[in-house]
Amino acid sequence: MVASRNYGDFASEATFDIKPCDLHRLEKGPGTTAVMTREEGLQYYKTMQTIRRMELKSDQLYKQKIIRGFCHLYDGQEACCVGIEAAIKPTDHVITAYRAHGFTYTRGVSVREILAELTGRKGGCAKGKGGSMHMYTKNFYGGNGIVGAQGQIFETYNMAALWKLPCIFVCENNRYGMGTSVERAAASTDYYKRGYFIPGLRVDGMDILCVREAVKFAAEYCRSGNGPLVMELQTYRYHGHSMSDPGISYRTREEIQEVRSKSDPITLLKDRMVNNNLASVEELKEIDVAVRKEIEEAAQFATTDPEPPLEELGHHIYFNEPPFEVRGPNQWIKYKSVS
Amino acid sequence: MGFAGIAVGAAMAGLRPVCEFMTFNFSMQAIDQVINSAAKSCYMSAGSISVPIVFRGPNGASAGVAAQHSQCFAAWYGHCPGLKVVSPWSAEDAKGLLKSSIRDDNPVVMLESELLYGVPFEMSEQAQSKDFVIPIGKAKIERPGTHVTLVAHSRPVGHCMEAATVLSKEGVECEVINLRTIRPMDIETVEASVVKTNHLVTVEGGWPQFGVGAEICARIMEGPAFNYLDAPAVRVTGADVPMPYAKILEDNSIPQVKDIVFAVKKALNI
Repeated sequence: MVASRNYGDFASEATFDIKPCDLHRLEKGPGTTAVMTREEGLQYYKTMQTIRRMELKSDQLYKQKIIRGFCHLYDGQEACCVGIEAAIKPTDHVITAYRAHGFTYTRGVSVREILAELTGRKGGCAKGKGGSMHMYTKNFYGGNGIVGAQGQIFETYNMAALWKLPCIFVCENNRYGMGTSVERAAASTDYYKRGYFIPGLRVDGMDILCVREAVKFAAEYCRSGNGPLVMELQTYRYHGHSMSDPGISYRTREEIQEVRSKSDPITLLKDRMVNNNLASVEELKEIDVAVRKEIEEAAQFATTDPEPPLEELGHHIYFNEPPFEVRGPNQWIKYKSVS
Repeated sequence: MGFAGIAVGAAMAGLRPVCEFMTFNFSMQAIDQVINSAAKSCYMSAGSISVPIVFRGPNGASAGVAAQHSQCFAAWYGHCPGLKVVSPWSAEDAKGLLKSSIRDDNPVVMLESELLYGVPFEMSEQAQSKDFVIPIGKAKIERPGTHVTLVAHSRPVGHCMEAATVLSKEGVECEVINLRTIRPMDIETVEASVVKTNHLVTVEGGWPQFGVGAEICARIMEGPAFNYLDAPAVRVTGADVPMPYAKILEDNSIPQVKDIVFAVKKALNI
């Protein structure tokens, strides 16, 4: 398929108005305009669409019981991880909680390896041993089962501020903690202020440019030696908390539909690009087709790749350790452990 | 940590709270409250503070929930004086032990099993009655036998019952003991059984090192039943690895019926 217009017909970049951020202990925040080039737009679109389709494929595979255990999907929140990655460097370090597939992708793990990890195969990024919540790569520390919404975060704020650590604390506020709305769970829902002595920003997490500009601002702030920042991204997840949560017992279908029709991050980007002559509808459709194909191939791999071999059950218990023996379910079953 | 602390404080002030952890893996975030605030307070205050609290929730392996959500805490909590630790298997265990735990004036950790929540069990008339309680610290012989003693707690009790059926066809009659309580452990029931059968196999979902089975073996050696053993005791446990995600690896990291059958045959040298 060939686009019906020459690439020379498109603008090379455009300037967009973005929502101002709410500020806490900051004199000024990120600007209210953002410049996006055609290349950037196409890349953001492709990345967000890839994550969207990858999550929907995961939903499908979970319902077919090919993915087991926990599965927390990211669809709706794509602008967050893509916007963050657009504003940081590959050498920066990122860590997140269990809703990790989007970040795993933006940090450089292929869809193939992510899906194969979800299906528990040896081609998975953790060789099938980690599953949905335990995905890692260089400068990406997972994928963790426990949440930061506990006392530890305040200890961390204290130390980060005391030592002026260049650290951005991001809260992806998708309005619900599992099945409890933020109003019912939090004494204060102004999460960007909860760092108290740490300055904070509240950002429209459905607008990738807003996220990008805010993170650029925050990264600049931190790298200049000013210490940490708290950033609240106001976002939304279309799926329930996890695959065992239908997601409609604590919120209405109407609410979900409203967000989808008015604030979907991919649609917002698409409309901006088309309306500002950065891309054509057909061109974006071609990207959709290519993305679908990539996801299908990855799913094919993920469902046909073999499970990790039983002999490797004991591997990687320790790092950089000479091989030793691991006890199985009884004293006569032994596995070798190799680092 | 926060809500566990609120619950412990409420217990100290005179209420009888039941504090639920989504799974006991999350109790690691709150473990200081369970041990240092709940378990030790009566002792530290020479009896003037009591903490009649129950901590309950799913423990151990589930299905495909991987390393951070599959740990068995029977050994960790069973290690601590001041705590009582119970581990139900059947429906009547769950009901009777929960009631006893709430009525007990001490902190009780009740280790349930997510995989057992959906399993139906027969319940006697008596078990269905309003005030049915099961005493803490008393094991139950689920199946009498003569050739070997199988001791387990929680879901592995079911695996032992299945193994017993398989072995019965080969002429081996297993006595299956459901521990029901980890601490205080009813070692007397196990001893009486070993005196009768002369062979012991322990089965648990947790890791082998410093586990429930290790404790049972140590106590048997210290007591009268040692002289009645015709072979060393055998432990069947979870594999000594963090729980892997991939199904084939997970299946081989928990004790299965075939592992129990194999262990019995090794113990009996058949």
